[in-house]
Parts: sequence; C-alpha cells; structure tokens
Amino acid sequence: MLVSALRHALELIVRGDPQLWEIVLLSLGVSGSALLLAALIGIPAGAWLGLRPFRGQAWLTTLVYTGMGFPPVVIGLLVYLLLSRQGPVGALDWLFTPTAMIMAQTILAVPLVTGVTMSAVRAVDPALRPQLRSLGATDRQIVRTVLTEARQGVLVGLVAGFGAAISEVGAVMLVGGNIEGRTRVLTTAIVLETRQGRFDVALALAAILFLLALVANALVVRLQTRLR
Amino acid sequence: MSAHALPPLQKPTATTAYTLRQAAQTYVGRTVLTIGQLAIRSGEILAVVGPSGTGKSTLLRLLAFLERAALGEMTFQGRACGPDWPDQPARRRVTMVVHPPQLLRRSVHDNVAYGLRVRGTRQPAQEVAAAIRQVGLTDLAGALAPTLSSGERQRVVLARALVLRSDVLLLDEPTANLDPGNVGLIEEIIRRRNGDSGTTVVMATHNVFQARRLAQRVVLLLNGCIVEIAPTEEFFQRPRHPQTAAFVRGDMTY
Repeated sequence: MLVSALRHALELIVRGDPQLWEIVLLSLGVSGSALLLAALIGIPAGAWLGLRPFRGQAWLTTLVYTGMGFPPVVIGLLVYLLLSRQGPVGALDWLFTPTAMIMAQTILAVPLVTGVTMSAVRAVDPALRPQLRSLGATDRQIVRTVLTEARQGVLVGLVAGFGAAISEVGAVMLVGGNIEGRTRVLTTAIVLETRQGRFDVALALAAILFLLALVANALVVRLQTRLR
Repeated sequence: MSAHALPPLQKPTATTAYTLRQAAQTYVGRTVLTIGQLAIRSGEILAVVGPSGTGKSTLLRLLAFLERAALGEMTFQGRACGPDWPDQPARRRVTMVVHPPQLLRRSVHDNVAYGLRVRGTRQPAQEVAAAIRQVGLTDLAGALAPTLSSGERQRVVLARALVLRSDVLLLDEPTANLDPGNVGLIEEIIRRRNGDSGTTVVMATHNVFQARRLAQRVVLLLNGCIVEIAPTEEFFQRPRHPQTAAFVRGDMTY
C-alpha cells in the first residue's frame, strides 16, 4: 500500500494538481509571513535580552524558554478566544482566516527566534563590545555588529521558528478551521485525508511537506557556509 | 570630595593629553586603581608596567572613556571630563586596542575598515589597504581574520586602530605571547607612528624590556597605585623606589 500511495503521491506532484498547489502556496504564505513577523520581533528582543543585564531579566528569560516549548494548541485556544465574536478583537472578523493562522504561528515562533538569538548573542565574547566602542561605534552599531557576529545562531533560531510554524496542526486547525480553498494548509489537509482513509493523498502531502523542509534547510545550510 | 581643595599641580595645556587627580576606580566595592595624580603628555610614548592584575588595563579603559572613574577628576586635551563625558567626537580621538585581541568573523580587510565604516566612510579601501600594507599583511587581506596566527591577529588589530589616525593610541599588551620577529615589527610600527604623526601612545605591558626600548617615560603600577613615574633612562638606571629597582631587576616578574 505504501508503494502505491507513494506512486500516487508522485503523480499528484508531477501533474501539478491545482488544489494541491493551492494548499502548498497557502502553507508557504502563512508560515513565511509568520517567520517574517517573528524575525522582526524576535531578533531585536533576543539582542536586548542577551546584551545587557537588567532587572527582571531572569524572569523574562524563563518566560521565553517556557514559550519555546509551550503547547501550540493552547496558543491556538488563546488566539481563538481573542478573535471569536465575543472576544476583545472579534469585530475584526479574523477568525477562520489566514490572518488568524499567521497570528498563531507568529506567537509560536517568536519565543524560538528570541531564545536562540539571545543565547547566540550571549555566546559572543563580551570583551568585543568595548573594543567596538573604542573603534568609534555607537550603541546601535555595536548591537548590529554583535548580531552579525552571532549570525549562525540567529539563523538557527529562524530555522527553528519556521519549522515550528509550518509543522503546526492543532493551533492552525482551531483558528483557521481547515476550510477548503481558504484556510487548508498541508498539515491540516494531512489530518483530514488520513481520517477519510485517503492515505495516498495524505502521503503525497506529507512528502511535499518533507521536501519543503528539505529545500528550505538546504538553502539555510548553503547560506551558513557562505556566512561562515 | 577633598580633591577640590588641592591646587592643580600640572595645568592642563595643549601639550597635555590627560590629567588625572585623586582618581579611583572600584568594582563591586573593591578599589582596583588609585591615582593620586598623573599627567600624560601629548606626543609621548608612556609605558605602564607592573605585574598582572595591578590595574594597567583599568587605567587604559579610563583613558579610553570606556569606564568612568568612581572618584576624582580627569581632563582630556585641556577639557574637564564632566558628567556628560564622553561626547562622541572626543571618544573618536582616542582608540584602544584591548587584550586579548578581539576580531570580527570577517576578512582582514573588513576588520581594518570597521572604524572607518562606523564613522560613515563609504569606500575606505585606500586607507585600509595602506594600513594592511604597513603591518605586512597585504597577501592576507582577504583571509578570515580569526583564522590567522596570533602574531598576524595582533597586527590586524593594530592596523585597525592605526587606520583611524586618532590623537591617542592605547595599547594593552600589544605583543604578549608573540615571537621576537612579530614583537620587533609591531614595536617598529608603534615607534614610527609616534615619530611621524606625534600620536600619543600609552601602552600597558609587563615586559620591562619593551618599555625600555619604546617608551620615553615609564610608570610602575603596583596593586592599583603608582609607585614611580620617570623618564625611561632614569627609571631603569636610577630608580628612586626600591620596588622599582626590584621590578627592573626582574625580582618581581610574574
């Protein structure tokens, strides 16, 4: 069965099934947007947490670490409650839209990007900063340079964030609703197809998910060797 | 602060790079440096000698405006270093090379260009190439800086400071753990920069021979206090303090 399913999967991919492409593109769009937002929030936050001691730093670090392993479905529930008709921002009518899914995935990815960036920045020798200052760098320039020094680690944080976002099921199902043609992404489609016994389609989708992850990480590794 | 009651013993003038009076630095309640008074002349090479952990680096960091003294007064080029000190233009007149050398994970060229880039120089290629040539690393300009040998790395951080043409160069152990060839090369570069441009050089070293070869004046620090400051010949030939004599003889080398 596995073989025939795989063959069918290959057929679907080669044929370029339009419904399939819709799902793939939505997955990439939602998770890509979530990654971009998570990077915009998580990289500065990680630099801030990692560079200078301040009151409440240990507390915030604990919060970030907890967020890195937090059950996604709980985040889905919170976003659901936030966006539901009776919720605080229910008027936006975002529930069961890709926007809601981007929100959930961003919340999921931010602690990962923040936490890994923070530890990468802390791994840069603190003695570098006074040297940069004495070479004439301003505070802002110093932070930028330290982040550039920590680029390998920051990249790992982005990989982890994207991985968490694109592989998420529960939260995305809750707030997106797995609506065909609107909010169905690879993971939620796999769940549906498996439940309905269409293992070949489920496998095809799984294969694509795997390929996407492979391609994305191959690009990252190439970038990493270029950045050294 | 009782320091205000004291008359200034050396009036800060254009020929004075720094003056320090009753300056003290403390870390978490521990006093690591106490300077009764110290004047550093413009254009001199002053060697700060003393065993490890005696406050040499702390003194250099104060002079680099990387730290503010917990107590006391300091002037730079005739201006009092007040509470809003340092302003960015003043900071950029002084360049410190910390020890151990801190390199960026970039090419030698990009490392040497760093200070010019943060100052907004768009294409510093010519100056950078000249500085790299000066330290004899032209063939390695494209190499990843942290992969170089320790002598080469030390020359990169020196070139990175030299290219800025600051008024003051503060060098912390510029030749520690280097072979005689590299030591000679670096000393020659320092001597030439001081001679050609009149750059004030303050260098911390625990190598008394280096102090003797390079400096016009030498100051001995012990446990955060100045034991003796004198012109180099006097310091080595006729030390006034028995501890200086012992240090010069090598009885106190750690």
